Amino acid sequence: MPGPARTAVLRDAIGLGVAVGLYGVAFGAAADAAGLDPWQALAMSLLMFTGASQFALVGVLGAGGGGAAAIGSALLLGTRNTVYGVRLAPLLAPRGLLRRLGMAHWVIDETTALAVAAPDRGLARLGFLAGGATIFAVWNATTLVGALGAGALGETAQAALDAVVPAAFLALLWPRLRAGADEPAVARRVALGGAVVALALTPFVPPGVQVVAAVVAVVLAGRPREAT
Amino acid sequence: MSSGALWTVVLVGSAGCYLLKLAGLSVPAAWVERPWVTRLVTFVPAALLAALVAVQALSSGQDLVVDGRLAGLAVAAAALALRAPFIVVLVLAGATGALVHVLVG
Repeated sequence: MPGPARTAVLRDAIGLGVAVGLYGVAFGAAADAAGLDPWQALAMSLLMFTGASQFALVGVLGAGGGGAAAIGSALLLGTRNTVYGVRLAPLLAPRGLLRRLGMAHWVIDETTALAVAAPDRGLARLGFLAGGATIFAVWNATTLVGALGAGALGETAQAALDAVVPAAFLALLWPRLRAGADEPAVARRVALGGAVVALALTPFVPPGVQVVAAVVAVVLAGRPREAT
Repeated sequence: MSSGALWTVVLVGSAGCYLLKLAGLSVPAAWVERPWVTRLVTFVPAALLAALVAVQALSSGQDLVVDGRLAGLAVAAAALALRAPFIVVLVLAGATGALVHVLVG
């Protein structure tokens, strides 16, 4: 495979790995705020390894929600990895059950973006594996840093952390609403609907349930457009 | 929630998320690549993430409260609109939350 293209794919993979490290610190701190100990926070980054679901699970627990609502919101956000897997399967063409089981663990937003953007199948595989390895290493290390660091914070720093958690969710949401995303106007409508449903239900349902219930706002997306 | 219950939530949630990933690499593409399935999967994150933003910024248990978190969120939105990097967004939100805490108590 050509050298420059290979270098570009590796550079993108490593760049993404470093960028997610910042989210890792924020996740570790959010997990601590939700009452998880550092080992539980690290176990999530090792085993769940999909950022939005991890944030959702600790977000629901942090809001006082029960285990079922926390797991439910993580799984609902995890469904997009299923679609990514379908897109990746022909590119990665994992040979054998073990390779498939291993590769499945790294099917996330970032590795999908790297693999789909690569110019050929060999480079797609390289981008997926290099991105997966870097992101996995950095994400877990920084999760531990965030979880251990947050435990040592005083009261004012806790108030700061309380304000960081919703901002982190907004930063995850923002790219989906911005011009250039998939139908940003529809995404904005659905997002606004989700927020309204969640706030309206908050006084009446156990904490966390309103987050899962907000999924009904997806009806605001309407029917799929006809293929043209 | 006890530590044991938290471990159960962590492990069950992780197993479920892994199976969702594995399913994508394993099931026939035709099962998933239907227009309404892709539409749901594209827009479900917007609804859930927005709900989490709202709940994290405005709720305390079953009460709706306005405090430094909302001020931090407004500053974060402004920073995101100006295309600030992630770390800057979080630091500004955190500093705003801390400032309101110090001022209002």
